[in-house]
Amino acid sequence: MSGPFLSLVLRDLRLASRSGGSAALALAFFALVATLVPLGVGANLNLLARIAGGVLWVGAVLAALLSLDRLYQGDFDDGSLDLIALSPLSLEQVAVAKLLAHWFSTGLPLTLLSPLLALLFGLPGPGTWALFVSLLIGTPAVSAVGAIGASLTLSLKRGGLILPLIILPLLAPVVIFGAGSVAYALDGLPGTGALGLLAAFSIAAVLLSPFAAAASVRLNLGS
Amino acid sequence: MISSLIAEKLTCVRGDRRIFADLDFQVAAGEALVVEGANGAGKTSLLRLIAGFLTPASGGLVLNTDKGAIADGEERGRHIGWLGHHDAVKPQMDVGEQLEFFARLYGAGGDIKPVLERVGIARQRELPCRYLSAGQKKRLGLARLLMSGRGLWLLDEPFAALDTAGRALAADLMRAHCATGGMVIAATHDPLGLEARSLRLEAA
Repeated sequence: MSGPFLSLVLRDLRLASRSGGSAALALAFFALVATLVPLGVGANLNLLARIAGGVLWVGAVLAALLSLDRLYQGDFDDGSLDLIALSPLSLEQVAVAKLLAHWFSTGLPLTLLSPLLALLFGLPGPGTWALFVSLLIGTPAVSAVGAIGASLTLSLKRGGLILPLIILPLLAPVVIFGAGSVAYALDGLPGTGALGLLAAFSIAAVLLSPFAAAASVRLNLGS
Repeated sequence: MISSLIAEKLTCVRGDRRIFADLDFQVAAGEALVVEGANGAGKTSLLRLIAGFLTPASGGLVLNTDKGAIADGEERGRHIGWLGHHDAVKPQMDVGEQLEFFARLYGAGGDIKPVLERVGIARQRELPCRYLSAGQKKRLGLARLLMSGRGLWLLDEPFAALDTAGRALAADLMRAHCATGGMVIAATHDPLGLEARSLRLEAA
């Protein structure tokens, strides 16, 4: 089953990187938000370092949100999802493939970009490290929860507008623990508690998401 | 190999609308079935039901294969080649990439070149799909059918957007598929151009 599975992952990654794909868009959005906040807040480095964790985490979540329509909506609208559903892969395997591709094209690049953006906030080394690690651990949960939302809104007209309303409340714990771990690091405390909770949330989301997304894709294919 | 598809008292309900009721039909390997009916009579619904996307409100649908009878919709889907009325083509990918992806997704080996030649879009292999006409996209759909190696072809308006040569090609492909023990179920308003049984859907 690895051939079909891998082909789907690679194809989604390819689509994300092409023109009209949203990988670059999400990165640019993240960078712009992170640039605008210091401009708006002013050159108070203490304040900026203090809010960096929260702002960058919210920015990363919103940026990932921009790319969620790519997950299922495009394939649903042009009929590709019908063909994918009839492939040897189960819809659960399809959901795992799409989740992987989404994280590699969105969550991972956002994480890699974050230390650079932390410079704009004057975030000290330990804080930047905590931000990086928390994003690395937390962004899979963003993709996983996002996949559930994206599959639920498939057959809604302009479902993209409802999508944030569904998933942002669910992502509150991720932002709290993620930004919290940065705050702990700034105070010189170990952030392992927050990171542990973040990892627990992430693992649960990644494990449950394929089943939930597959169930809702199944419903939408029959609608 | 598939041997027959048997529908008994098939009823389709979508939302609270009854699309058709108590439909009986049989298709054997090597046969083609044309589904006819006015717009909205449920032709697409019937195809989606056979494909396993929709579940029947009542009645049964069994696909007999050499490995036993299959009643489960998703399992049945593993025997189905699908040509829907959406083109399922990504504008950012080129024709070759698109077909290669599909072949790998379906675990189908083999070279895509003869298939592209067969459907008449070999020269467009390197062309991004956004430059394809509607008819060429349909030909790519036919190429996917050939590539899929599936026994039961479900075709929704297979002739739409095709030129005269394209229609003849589609009819040829269906004829060849039936001749090798395949099964074709097509929803169309046009004459199929090959010997086929017909199933008429009346609005319920």
